Amino acid sequence: MTLDNATVRQRVVERFGAAVLEASEYRGDLALRLRPDALPQVAAFLRDDPDLQYIFLASITGVDYLGREPRFEVVYHLRSFVNMHLVVLKVGADEERPHVPSLVPLWPTATFQEREAYDMFGIVFDGHPDLQRILMPEDWDGYPQRKDQPLVYEEVAFTFNHDAVDAQKPYARE
Amino acid sequence: MAVAEPTIAQRRAAINNSGTSGSDRARNFPTSAQIAQAAREISVPSPRQVIAANANRPKDQASDESMVLNMGPQHPSTHGVLRLVVELSGEDVLQLAPDVGFLHTGIEKNMEAKTYQKALVMTDRTDYLGPMINNMVYSLAVEKLLDCEIPPRAQVGRVLLNELERMNSYLVWLGTHALDLAAMSVFLYCFREREMILDIKELVSGARMMTSFIRPGGLAWDFPKEFKPTVQRFLDIFPGRIDEYEALLTDNPIWKDRTVGVGRLSAVDALALGVTGANLRATGVPYDMRKMFPYSGYENYDFKLITGTEGDTYERYLVRIAEMRESVKIAQQALDNLPDGPYATSDRKIWPPPKEEITYSMESLIHHFKLWTEGFKPPKGDAYVAVESGRGELGCYIVSDGSNKPWRVHFRAPSFINLQALPHMAQGKLIADLVAMIASLDPVLGEVDR
Repeated sequence: MTLDNATVRQRVVERFGAAVLEASEYRGDLALRLRPDALPQVAAFLRDDPDLQYIFLASITGVDYLGREPRFEVVYHLRSFVNMHLVVLKVGADEERPHVPSLVPLWPTATFQEREAYDMFGIVFDGHPDLQRILMPEDWDGYPQRKDQPLVYEEVAFTFNHDAVDAQKPYARE
Repeated sequence: MAVAEPTIAQRRAAINNSGTSGSDRARNFPTSAQIAQAAREISVPSPRQVIAANANRPKDQASDESMVLNMGPQHPSTHGVLRLVVELSGEDVLQLAPDVGFLHTGIEKNMEAKTYQKALVMTDRTDYLGPMINNMVYSLAVEKLLDCEIPPRAQVGRVLLNELERMNSYLVWLGTHALDLAAMSVFLYCFREREMILDIKELVSGARMMTSFIRPGGLAWDFPKEFKPTVQRFLDIFPGRIDEYEALLTDNPIWKDRTVGVGRLSAVDALALGVTGANLRATGVPYDMRKMFPYSGYENYDFKLITGTEGDTYERYLVRIAEMRESVKIAQQALDNLPDGPYATSDRKIWPPPKEEITYSMESLIHHFKLWTEGFKPPKGDAYVAVESGRGELGCYIVSDGSNKPWRVHFRAPSFINLQALPHMAQGKLIADLVAMIASLDPVLGEVDR
């Protein structure tokens, strides 16, 4: 059996109603914006429903929409092999308290991907077994992929300003 | 184990008979309940957890001897800068945790600061063994945002280059894998053929590795006229060369001792851990983006979806070898059917006009100027596209805010995600086998850390 976007959308909306804040299609992909607290239930339903069987969590991504409310968004891509279908789940996380439930209990593959989203954006995944930095050094301050984090934070060193730039570098000093 | 181990001949026969029909495919996928079960059982520890577990282990047990060993990031068998925190009891691995990030260069962040065309060069540097495939996934994602049609010559050319790149990537995997298990000569043979592929890449793009040849809208420029005979020469030679590698390894007792039954991964665990690519197909799951979610016209090619059965290191070797042969088949079909015509879209808002037009057409001049100073502006929205890279499902997620620079680019890096299977595979195994497991997972650290 092959399901199309409209059927999947209808199934989820029927079951979860108000938890689906928005269902949209863009370039053929179905995206469901969910209330954060409903994410684990919806994901589990998509995984376990015999007609849907989105058994593969392909990717987890954080996005920083600086200036929008809620500021952060976590995007999940789920694949179903019985239907050869992709569904996109999106949940928002606000700036003050960027918390989103973890999907590690549903898919162990979320472990690294959630750590990466935490590392890059500071989005906290509640229920993750050990949420800590993965790509950046442990003592790094801030979250590099946030939009208010400048791409280059130090001046480029030339011969005329080398000493001034060097003096600001965080070397271990006696 | 009560079930008899299949012989090498049986395994090879199973791989050669890999099914491609739809009904076969659905049957081989794990069920939701199995995934749920695996999710309850499997965890991917962090280095901190491994160290803490070792400190808390009661000392009066047999694990008295347990210690935490730091393997890498400069260890040559980790294929880059991968650090493994391994808890050992004698030679047995109790548990381990990969520690990554030593090669993190902020590629995703950097791409946000460049126009869509300029950001392309960053993609070469993620998975440096398959730059054209990275170009491809990024270009496809941008094209999806733009809703842009690609002419047939570019589509077929892309498939051909992607398959060459896959062979290139597998050759490095095979060479280094064999080198890790002390088979020096295989490495030299593999690099001999890889050199031919690099020469083809140099011929088409001018660069041996960082090609940036597949671009949003088409190909950077047309193929030179020596392209066809050069590729044909390679495709004629290559199948015989694969036989040579097989002659060196497939029935080699040392190779079999080091790989058969080592690093076994079940289909359910692999899928729950997000493992893709040959690593997943070796477990029997027929998941290949080229067949399941075809892109760039892959549905028009006749090739087999190779799947294994055992999911061990030897099976991953057999699957990749068989896939190289399939790649030759696809590349040959693409080469034979490479149509004439434009190599890039004719949409002037995406692709600049031919140079000669600029001399007499004011409009062309404006298009050219606007494209190279400002770039194009895809409409607001987001798109996820995935292709089959040498390592698995390589995905690219782009968010466009309607400006000339991507708001967010994310790569679903298969190496990064495949690495999560390592703790599960290595648990309770010998540390000497760990080297074989890393090599057969085939991570590229440039892609892991991005």
